[in-house]
Amino acid sequence: MFGSLLIILLTLSVLGFYLGRQKAFVVAGGKRSQLHSRPLYHGLYVAALVGIPTLLLSLIWVFLQRPVIDALLLQSLDPKAITGLSIAELSLLKSEIKSVAQGAIFGDPKPIVIEAADRLNHWREIANWAMVATCIAIGLIVLIATRSKIARLFRARERVEHLLDLLMIAASVLAILTTFGIVVSLTIESLRFFDRIPFFEFIFGLNWEPQIPIREGQVTGGGAFGAIPVYVGTFLIALIAMLVAIPIGLMAAIYLSEYASRKMRAIVKPLLEILAGIPTVVYGFFAVLIVAPAMRNFGAMLGVEIAPNSALAAGAVMGIMLIPFISSFSDDAISAVPRSLREGAYGLGATKSETIIDVLLPAALPGIASGILLAVSRAIGETMIVVMAAGIIATLTFNPLAPVTTVTVQIVTLLIGDSEFDNPKTLAAFALGLTLFLLTLALNVFALRIVRKYREQYD
Amino acid sequence: MTDILDHQIAERDKLANPRHDWASDNARRRIKRRYGRDRLLRIFGLGAVITALMLLAILIASLTYTGYVAFYTTKVKVEIFLDPQKIDRENPGKTKYRKMTKQAFNAYFPEVKNRKDKRNLSKILSSGAQYIVRDYVVSHPELIGQTVSLNLPLSDPFDQLQKGVIPRRIDAPGKNSGKNDGNGEKMLNPRFKSEKVLVWFDTLVARDMLSSPFSWELFVNADSRFPELAGLAGAFTGSLLALLVCFLISFPVGIAAAIYLEEFAPKNRFTDFVEVNINNLAAVPSVVFGLLALAVFINFFGLPRSVPLVGGMALALMTLPTIIVSTRAALKAVPPSIREAALGVGASRHEVVLHHVLPLAMPGILTGTIIGLAQALGETAPLLLIGMNAFIPSIENLGLMEPATALPTQIFAWGDSPERGFVSRTSAAILVLIGFLVMMNLVAIYLRQKFERKW
Amino acid sequence: MSEKAMNMNVETPKEPVNAMNFQLPKELQVKVKTRDVNVHYGEKQALFDINLDVPANHVVSLIGPSGCGKSTYLRCLNRMNDIIDIARVSGQIELDGVDIYDKNIDVVELRARVGMVFQKPNPFPKSIFDNVAYGPRIHGLADNKTELEEIVVTSLQKAGLFDEVKDRLKDSGTGLSGGQQQRLCIARAIATKPEVILMDEPASALDPIATAVIEELIDELRQNFTIIIVTHSMQQAARISQYTAFFHLGYLVEVGDTEQIFTNPVDRRTQDYITGRFG
Repeated sequence: MFGSLLIILLTLSVLGFYLGRQKAFVVAGGKRSQLHSRPLYHGLYVAALVGIPTLLLSLIWVFLQRPVIDALLLQSLDPKAITGLSIAELSLLKSEIKSVAQGAIFGDPKPIVIEAADRLNHWREIANWAMVATCIAIGLIVLIATRSKIARLFRARERVEHLLDLLMIAASVLAILTTFGIVVSLTIESLRFFDRIPFFEFIFGLNWEPQIPIREGQVTGGGAFGAIPVYVGTFLIALIAMLVAIPIGLMAAIYLSEYASRKMRAIVKPLLEILAGIPTVVYGFFAVLIVAPAMRNFGAMLGVEIAPNSALAAGAVMGIMLIPFISSFSDDAISAVPRSLREGAYGLGATKSETIIDVLLPAALPGIASGILLAVSRAIGETMIVVMAAGIIATLTFNPLAPVTTVTVQIVTLLIGDSEFDNPKTLAAFALGLTLFLLTLALNVFALRIVRKYREQYD
Repeated sequence: MTDILDHQIAERDKLANPRHDWASDNARRRIKRRYGRDRLLRIFGLGAVITALMLLAILIASLTYTGYVAFYTTKVKVEIFLDPQKIDRENPGKTKYRKMTKQAFNAYFPEVKNRKDKRNLSKILSSGAQYIVRDYVVSHPELIGQTVSLNLPLSDPFDQLQKGVIPRRIDAPGKNSGKNDGNGEKMLNPRFKSEKVLVWFDTLVARDMLSSPFSWELFVNADSRFPELAGLAGAFTGSLLALLVCFLISFPVGIAAAIYLEEFAPKNRFTDFVEVNINNLAAVPSVVFGLLALAVFINFFGLPRSVPLVGGMALALMTLPTIIVSTRAALKAVPPSIREAALGVGASRHEVVLHHVLPLAMPGILTGTIIGLAQALGETAPLLLIGMNAFIPSIENLGLMEPATALPTQIFAWGDSPERGFVSRTSAAILVLIGFLVMMNLVAIYLRQKFERKW
Repeated sequence: MSEKAMNMNVETPKEPVNAMNFQLPKELQVKVKTRDVNVHYGEKQALFDINLDVPANHVVSLIGPSGCGKSTYLRCLNRMNDIIDIARVSGQIELDGVDIYDKNIDVVELRARVGMVFQKPNPFPKSIFDNVAYGPRIHGLADNKTELEEIVVTSLQKAGLFDEVKDRLKDSGTGLSGGQQQRLCIARAIATKPEVILMDEPASALDPIATAVIEELIDELRQNFTIIIVTHSMQQAARISQYTAFFHLGYLVEVGDTEQIFTNPVDRRTQDYITGRFG
């Protein structure tokens, strides 16, 4: 239905283009130079005014239709039949009605369900036809109205350009909308979570056992939502990752920017970029397949027990992933140090290492520091490596050989396979997501501020 | 008096003649030490570069090593009589071929009579073999009543055994299991049901019935519970659809936003805010985009879970900053003289951008877009959260609004599976994914080099 | 700096153009001696067979239109061209009779003996004290803190900066004015007790007053150091140097007594340049 409506609207818009252009030819009467704007713009003007509003209307209609009909459906149900039902039961009823409406009937639905399903189908049909009719009617009216406006001195080009401006602004605003969407959706779900679990228990609690019963009679843990162990695990893994990535990345950057020949740089840099372009799920599999077993065997050789999903393995692999990140940031920062400083040091007879350590690194420090901050933010937000290689159980430990869990692991495990939005287990994922978002946002803003300050220093 | 003067002259000379004795032992030693430190830093740097490259090599090598075996499948040649009495000629697709396939295979071992043995024997053959027979009959109905010879895949343990991935025997878990001195007690690998199956397997090898053709299954099949039959076609289609949605949204929106910010936007707090937003979005963890998609697209707007439309929309929001940033860079690289020339002949500012600046910037924009799409192709976490890791055993019902899986989520799913065969399948899938990424990046590099202009 | 040198447009003139061999007065000690020096940047030749003797404790200015190779020549004398990958230097350059491009010569020692002051003041983002102390520190010229302080103070005094900064030696060197920064760089250069100081248009980024201070300083430094200075300004060359060399298109066209060069040049090109016909 929606697809064919789109095609109709598109056709209408194209029709508008030709009619508008043809009208422009007519009013020009063969003297096209007398028109303010070229006929093309007249056509575009009509097409845009016909196409854009109807398209928007139909999109909004489609998105709003479902929630509106759902609400109406719920109201139309016999109040007696639904009093005393919990939210979960209500949503179960709703989905039963919907599947019956689609013709998938299992067992013996209650008459109230069948009746509601019929009503649902009926309303949906009405709504669909109403949408089509409204959109086409509006499109036609607009077409006729705008076409009649076309005249010799009608400033179609300016109108079209104005519309273009609006479209471009709308596109730019999408970036804000996305941030807004993230903040609002995470906040709303988190607030619902804090309705059930006290805020301070979440922030300061030392126990994380989100496996609460979803259905009655399910045997699970008690259900505790203290995020401290999860965050300790996250930071432990991030710390290990940085211990791997910073020395290797920084040293590699120093070598590549100051010691390596041009040819070697040309070969090594793209290779490091490959390391940066490998999807994280691949690193996760690499950790499980190679790194964790290797560490385990190595530990066994030394007589140390290393868990198969130790923080060490996950952190080390995450570190490998971040090496190119750190090295390219550091390389950029070192290369950005003005040549005159480098020459000043060499001119005094400093060796390469003295120039690097005494002059280049201090001058590049802000850039390197902000790169490291961004890398930390990545390490904290990185998901797939830890989902595959780290643990699920939250234990409050600083031991890198033990399994720990992270914020992202918890978000994924809490949400996989469970989409009901009304139990604390699901909502906890959003609370974790909100803290994760705020934490990485703070790190990013801080890092960008350092970079900006540093740029001013040398410009 | 003269003494003081002499002293003053000597003092002055000390400054006036500030020759440092570079030939002294002290100075030599010092310079040597300084060069030693320099060498040390150089060695550390080179060591870091080599370490990074080695890690890359280990990563690729280990994936290739475990993955290459998945590019061929061990198959056994079986002659099957397509019994016209058992096959429904009108509807050959509905017939059950399981028994027929099993019997045809077991016929090679007439000595096996015991029911339990028979069952174990038939397990050498893949459980999916019957469907291959079925598909063959469906596409060749004229052969019903004849005997055909088909190459049927072996089941996973035997496939892996033939490829040399798993051993026949393993160290028995005993007192000295930790030490691998070769004398430890060996036991049958528990993946094999009995010693007999290995004997039968060896018979197949001795009779030269096994072959190892290229595994087209890996590319044309959809997912399967049996690793020897699992393929990437479903995941590939899902990724393609999601990327299509991602491209259709992020490309026009990204370009429009970039043009506005670069060419038209006044410098004010609003545009500053937009820019800060874009910079920050680029660094938001991908899992947060998954949460956004879950909360807004699925929960609020009621779109279905697991579908490429939602996945593509989430990926589009993530790709948008990349495209905006690279488009702005490409627009910036077009010299102002072009703009001035076009303005000079009376073009409007929009015409300048649309007719001159944008076409000149297009190679740069496309390069950035391809790199953004390559990132999106490898992105896993948001797809996982919106459930785009569905089990898709057939590629018939794929669409924008149908449940689907994608390449990276397929890798995640296979990487989590216990069967040994899925390890090599996962590695092979990774190699395919990396192959795609390398190809996309090569195209981007080609575009950049071909159309790069020096102004 | 080097970019400028690399981009310069070198054409091969038709006639032989290098200067007749100019003889320094016999009583002068030759500090830097160059014979047949050629410099290539990749495919481009930047200097052609340069022969030049620099006497000790004198100021020699190198003049010529931009891109003529004077900076390139200057950068050969302490092997700063080594930093540029594509630069290739051939010929003989001697410091006190020793070939500085010899394998056994250590660039670190060489650059300590042949200091350099650059066109744009380039103090390190460190304190004033640390800027001056940097050279002595790395070369181990001071045995203890007192000696180091002494060197810093003397160098700042010689650079004529001490009185202006004595209360804020701990402040950053980048916070000084342009002229002060350049004098700081000169103090930094003389703190390593070099024998020769190369100056690459040291006053070009400064205002006239700061320039006058620097010029006065150069004249004083002549007592203790041999100074080779590249300058844009002919007036400056005339004011501060005893000898002047005129470069043109990579060739050393004329060398001589500064007064003679400016009053009675031998070569027509020198004359044209000095009278402002090109430049």
